Amino acid sequence: MGRSHAVSEANENGGRVRYLLKRSGALVVTLWIAITVNFVLPRLMPGNPVETMFARYQGKVSPTAMHAMQLDFGLNTKTGELGQYVDYLRNVVSGNLGVSFSYYPARVSTLIGETLPWTLGLVGFATILAFLLGTGLGMFAAWRRGTAGWKRGSIADSGLVPFGLLLGALPSFWISLILLYFVAFRLGWFPVGGGVAAGVGLLTGPGFVSLINHAALPAITLTLISMGLWILLMRNNMLSVLGEDYVKFARSKGLHDRTVAVHYAARNAVLPVFAQLALALGIVVGGQVFIEIVFSYPGIGYLLLNAVENQDYPLIQGIFLIFTVALLLANFLADAFYVLVDPRVRVGARQ
Amino acid sequence: MSALLEIRGLTVGYGWSSPPAVTAVRDVDLTVRAGEVVGVAGESGSGKSTLAFAAIGLLDPPARVLSGSVRFDGTEVTTMSREELRQMHFQSASMVFQASMNVLNPVTRIESQFRDAMAAHGVSSRDEARRRAEEAFDLVKVPRRYLDAYPHQLSGGMRQRAVIALALVMRPKLLVLDEPTTALDVVVERAILQSLNELRGELGFGVIFITHDLSLLVEIADRIAIMYAGRLVEEAPARELYENPKHPYTVALMGAFPPLAGERQRLSGIPGQPPDLRDLPPGCPYAPRCPSFMPGVCDVIDPPEVIIDGSRRVLCHLYGSVEASRD
Amino acid sequence: MNWREIRHNRRAMAGASILAVFFVVAIFAPLLVPYSPTAVRFTPDLPPSGYHWLGTTINGQDIFSQVIWGTRASLFVGFVCATLISLIQLVMGVFAGYVGGLVDTVASAITNVFLVLPALPLLIILAAYLQGGSVFVLIAVIVVTGWAWGAKVLRAQAIALRERPFVQASRVSGESRWHIVLTHIVPNMLGIIVSNFFGAALFAVLAEAGLEFIGLGNINDVTWGTMLYWAQEGNAILLGEWVWLLVPGLCLALVGTSLGLLNFAVDEIANPRLRRES
Repeated sequence: MGRSHAVSEANENGGRVRYLLKRSGALVVTLWIAITVNFVLPRLMPGNPVETMFARYQGKVSPTAMHAMQLDFGLNTKTGELGQYVDYLRNVVSGNLGVSFSYYPARVSTLIGETLPWTLGLVGFATILAFLLGTGLGMFAAWRRGTAGWKRGSIADSGLVPFGLLLGALPSFWISLILLYFVAFRLGWFPVGGGVAAGVGLLTGPGFVSLINHAALPAITLTLISMGLWILLMRNNMLSVLGEDYVKFARSKGLHDRTVAVHYAARNAVLPVFAQLALALGIVVGGQVFIEIVFSYPGIGYLLLNAVENQDYPLIQGIFLIFTVALLLANFLADAFYVLVDPRVRVGARQ
Repeated sequence: MSALLEIRGLTVGYGWSSPPAVTAVRDVDLTVRAGEVVGVAGESGSGKSTLAFAAIGLLDPPARVLSGSVRFDGTEVTTMSREELRQMHFQSASMVFQASMNVLNPVTRIESQFRDAMAAHGVSSRDEARRRAEEAFDLVKVPRRYLDAYPHQLSGGMRQRAVIALALVMRPKLLVLDEPTTALDVVVERAILQSLNELRGELGFGVIFITHDLSLLVEIADRIAIMYAGRLVEEAPARELYENPKHPYTVALMGAFPPLAGERQRLSGIPGQPPDLRDLPPGCPYAPRCPSFMPGVCDVIDPPEVIIDGSRRVLCHLYGSVEASRD
Repeated sequence: MNWREIRHNRRAMAGASILAVFFVVAIFAPLLVPYSPTAVRFTPDLPPSGYHWLGTTINGQDIFSQVIWGTRASLFVGFVCATLISLIQLVMGVFAGYVGGLVDTVASAITNVFLVLPALPLLIILAAYLQGGSVFVLIAVIVVTGWAWGAKVLRAQAIALRERPFVQASRVSGESRWHIVLTHIVPNMLGIIVSNFFGAALFAVLAEAGLEFIGLGNINDVTWGTMLYWAQEGNAILLGEWVWLLVPGLCLALVGTSLGLLNFAVDEIANPRLRRES
């Protein structure tokens, strides 16, 4: 009948690898841009970090020590802006993010290193939980609506959408306050703040329990906040998919409803999610900062607030950089994962 | 040959209200015998697809059967439970859709789409499923290795053949094809239809072939039914319909085809528009466009179904009452 | 965009109604407040009573009056930001996408740079650097952080529309680019533009409240966000003054939900796949 139109597996995989390489290249470029912006930003703002520092430490340290500090902060007034930029680039790449003003002489990277694990644990756990719950509910609602009998739409769907919207509209700091008051303070089910009970070793048994105890409310709050988006996204994706021909055809093959729902509808509905991950992560990051603040949870968001209040520019810059890098990496990974998972992405391969 | 599928007085409505806003199919009788090809022709909105879906119990809300009966192999389809319907689908009666880019699951390999259908109907061994799938592919002349491919890797013609293979893998008794070749070029279309014919000879299944392309049906169908605005306006053996169309609509449709051989003819389109199904006028639905329109009759009284020569049916006032049997 | 469809959409109507109530309250606030929201002459930390429906703050201010007055700030900032963001998105997204070429390359580059920067940390940092304060600083900061994502979406849509025959026809007829954008492109993507508008308003309302909560707004202004700031400063939790904590945030959630409903409903109407049967 005709010549083969199928593309060999090897060619397809080659196309995918090339795509990933291209994306890695883009990632590096974007990282560079982010670092540059991070460098430029504080220098555009009113207020002069050098002066601030001078004002703070004037008269308390010798001029040589002062100059040493200036170098530490990358504020070498002798080399000028471009020199500082080059130094900054070099420092960042080697992991040197400078020294904190307010926690002097603690290094920024140390401070971040101490607080980042707390945040990562919280965010990681909450994101996964929110994703699972949210997509599950969203799919369920869409399935009920798509296969509703004679009703206009199912109750599950009609109720779930406003619920998802409500969750997305809840200010994270407000929900934190409410939960803090009612659940922690009044009911005493969870501690009223902090990351772990004072004086307890983290790696011990009781230490671990205390850890979970303290992280519980922040985690619940963060999960609640981020769930809304997943519910809505997944529900919409699923509805789109249910209208597709292959779902109709699958049912005409006499497959069980469950099979169609999972292997045909859900599998296709999940794919666009990776593209929407950026939005979800933005919400999680935003929520997490406020949650840490309200619960006094020793994460990087809490550190950011302190840095901001103390006008600790190196620390602010360092934290911002970490946020940016983390988000870029997460998006890149999501992108890469999508390419591997969707067989239709045939970049570079020819028909 | 006993009837494989018997449709009597079927009326299908579409819409959320009660009674529904649209009557997609009204009072249709149709019979399909084993090994027979029945073509159903009509324009968009004539109800031909709805009829086909109803025939094998695939109607989705907001469409539903309002009255009438559909008997498949002796069993009433309209009252089957969901489980009974599920079992019937694919095993006893299969549907072939137009093989658009999206009719197969884009993210799983073709073999697994054979396998899950077979598994739902009792074939649980992977090897057995693979063997049957390969046989099916052989039947439709698609190279076996495409079982391991993804749908987007096949051309349109091959995809359509794959879909046909899928429909035939459990050797159903009835095959319903909904515009299977509309999106394909004529060369591919011809090849596929030929394969289908051979398969029918080998396996002996009955076929309902739905299309808007009447000229196609004239070539491949044993009998042809013409639908207009939800009503079955004429039914006859294919040859007779072609040579001697009775219903004015059929005549008009015939006049719209250019013959390949012979003198140049004046082609005629059909003036006017198909009626709005939500707002059907009383009497015959074709009346506003009919050149043989009889005022006072066609726009007032429902046209009678007249049986001609024992094997033909026409829904038209021109042919008088039910007992008439002139040519 | 079909106005009739919007009227029949239950979600849109629900969102619009809630929002309308808040608008009315905001407009008639001076008439509705029982006391001046800033007056500090009352006994502090009172629980809800006949005189003070929601009690008083630690500074001796009437909470109910504050809640009513706070409507103004949220709605004002929300809609001003949404308007500014939409305008920027129009230029950087729709116009750039349609025009293509160098303009688009530059605009896309700028958009992508802003997309890279995480919104909330940037918001906090900018507000802090600019030493917070006036509401216009807040508006500026929110607009700068919030425009990028929507611009990308609008650009994609504009590019798709650019290829449509009727647009190409008007290009040939020699109309100016802005004229084409405003009369042909925009009306055909009105649904997504309006949906984005409400989305931006939602972001703005929550961002403003968030910044004020951590003290980066003008803490002497009466807004829902600053109310929560003072509640935390005043140890409302320890003192058991949950009403003070609950009500301002609840109002934020309600306004947010109504904006979300409108965003969602308009999107639903513009995208036929998701519509309810009617």
